[in-house]
Amino acid sequence: MVTTSEVRVESQIEELQEKRPIMVVIKGLLRKEPVGAAGALIVLAMIIMAVFAPVLTGYDPELNSFEHMLTPPGSQFWLGTDQFGRDLFTRIVYGARTALFVGFTTAFIGATVGLVLGVMSAYFGGRFDLIFQRVMDVFMAFPLIIMALAVVAIFGTGVQNVIIAITIPFIPRCARVVRSNALSIREIPYIDAARALGYSHTRIILRHMVPNVMAPYLIMVTAFVGQAILLEASLSYLGLGVQEPIPAWGLMLQGGAEEYAESAPWVAIWPGVAISLAVFGFNLFGDSVRDVLDPKLRSQ
Amino acid sequence: MSVDSLPREKLMERSRPDQEKEILIKVSGLKMYFPVTEGAFITRTVAHVKAIDGISFDIKRGETLGLVGESGCGKTTTGRCILQLEKPTAGEIIYDNLDLGKLSKEEWRPLRQRIQVIFQDPYSSLNPRMKIGDIISEPMYVHNVEEDGPARVKRVRELLSLCGLSPKFADRYPHEMSGGQRQRVGIARALAVRPEFIICDEAVSALDVSIQAQVINLLEDLRDEFNLTYLFISHDLSVIRHLCHRVAVMYLGKIVELADCDELYDNPLHPYTRALLSAVPIPDPTIEKQRAHQIVKGEIPSPINPPSGCVFHPRCTRAVDRCSQGIPEFREVKPDHWVACTEV
Repeated sequence: MVTTSEVRVESQIEELQEKRPIMVVIKGLLRKEPVGAAGALIVLAMIIMAVFAPVLTGYDPELNSFEHMLTPPGSQFWLGTDQFGRDLFTRIVYGARTALFVGFTTAFIGATVGLVLGVMSAYFGGRFDLIFQRVMDVFMAFPLIIMALAVVAIFGTGVQNVIIAITIPFIPRCARVVRSNALSIREIPYIDAARALGYSHTRIILRHMVPNVMAPYLIMVTAFVGQAILLEASLSYLGLGVQEPIPAWGLMLQGGAEEYAESAPWVAIWPGVAISLAVFGFNLFGDSVRDVLDPKLRSQ
Repeated sequence: MSVDSLPREKLMERSRPDQEKEILIKVSGLKMYFPVTEGAFITRTVAHVKAIDGISFDIKRGETLGLVGESGCGKTTTGRCILQLEKPTAGEIIYDNLDLGKLSKEEWRPLRQRIQVIFQDPYSSLNPRMKIGDIISEPMYVHNVEEDGPARVKRVRELLSLCGLSPKFADRYPHEMSGGQRQRVGIARALAVRPEFIICDEAVSALDVSIQAQVINLLEDLRDEFNLTYLFISHDLSVIRHLCHRVAVMYLGKIVELADCDELYDNPLHPYTRALLSAVPIPDPTIEKQRAHQIVKGEIPSPINPPSGCVFHPRCTRAVDRCSQGIPEFREVKPDHWVACTEV
């Protein structure tokens, strides 16, 4: 009955399986998800811009230089300058730092808190779930931007408060999606097995349920980054987000849009392009992440 | 190797616990009604699904009790009630002088180590995101069975080889294994905390016949080696006959017959048991052709609204008028042979 022959065959099979080199895996992904790869490229470009900002440009993003006010794009200032004579390319490069910092922080915190709350809601069920979901409904009833505006109105402006303002509306969105996934996982026998083994609620939630809802969680995170960048730009544009002189795309748009739309259009165009590209890149990337992680869509 | 083809001698010589042995678990008057509710906020109970409707049995230390019946008769719910995965509606479960229903979560903790379960589906009873080694060592960590990490790793290897798997499997994920291998992992996990009582909930039903025989033999060897007590839940009569000392037959939430294994198979008294046994095919075409089959007519009634009197009477071939009136008493017609039927 002990299957020694079986074991021997297993080890042989194991030896036959060779490890696929990382480049082959990347090539395979590029072929399967060309759109996602384009998105990933934009995201990567943004990250490089943010990390190597001082290397990429020699100008100071916050220093006014009145002799170069509203210079059109050219060889000295590639994308031109704004009304304070600051190089637009420099401000966009440094703006990527703000955008990415706000985007990743809010998406990560919002989705993670939502993940834990959603799984808890599904695991405990019953009255707790019912009340918790109604509270989430209240939060969901507000459009993202209205919710963020309300938070900023209460806490005031600044990067920290923008992060809080964007994180709060993300929590119920992630909690809702994760809960529906966790509800089905709750009924799978390995959770019963964990309960029968006397594991604590915390252990079951964190070790047995959370890792199994990682796919929707990762999709939410990537989708949230794009949304967060857009929200941060909107808040900054409305004057409720990041404050001058910190370089932020929404802020740059605000400074340039109305007054210089005709006389110096580049002041508004470049930050607009940066916002669009960033959101576009994260959305493409997020869609591909979903396709790769969702086994139902994975056709091979 | 199929269970049916085992020589009769092997079945007879199986070790039998002494009659004098202490009772490990005693279930009395256990009821589990699931409410059927209506309304979203203010819920109203409109009916009850009577999954278990007053069953009583006991299991002695070192004994294997088989619980057999068709789908939906409450076998699995019985197991879940013992584990307190469901809170029973009524009745008590006494385990080694402790009333399981009245214990707090803290008092339950040491018992979780003593009572273990092996699930039916080897595919969904293991966490797909954990390595086999972690699945088996986690219960040891939670219950402090082994003092440190290296000791746990060592015991994982021992348990894997005990269950007929290569210790190398510790670094694998469940999806890299076959159904039979996974079921062995499920058994190893149950054994990790050194339990004394294991509920096998259809533990071999999802496996094909050749693997079934291997896993059954493994369960049998483990029982003898560690003096385990099993509650063996199954719908497979041949498996039950091979492994169990006593058998309880369930129908629609009630135990209709309870007897020693050989007594029940050789001399079934309840009409339902007889019908079940006659449905088991005999691997000999000549006998199979000649013997009289007793086929149960109709469908199993709804447990929401079970028939009055004896729950089996609408399908019973020997039903008389009084069967639909009084609930038949579960009585001992012969020593250690209990039947819930007035007509035997």
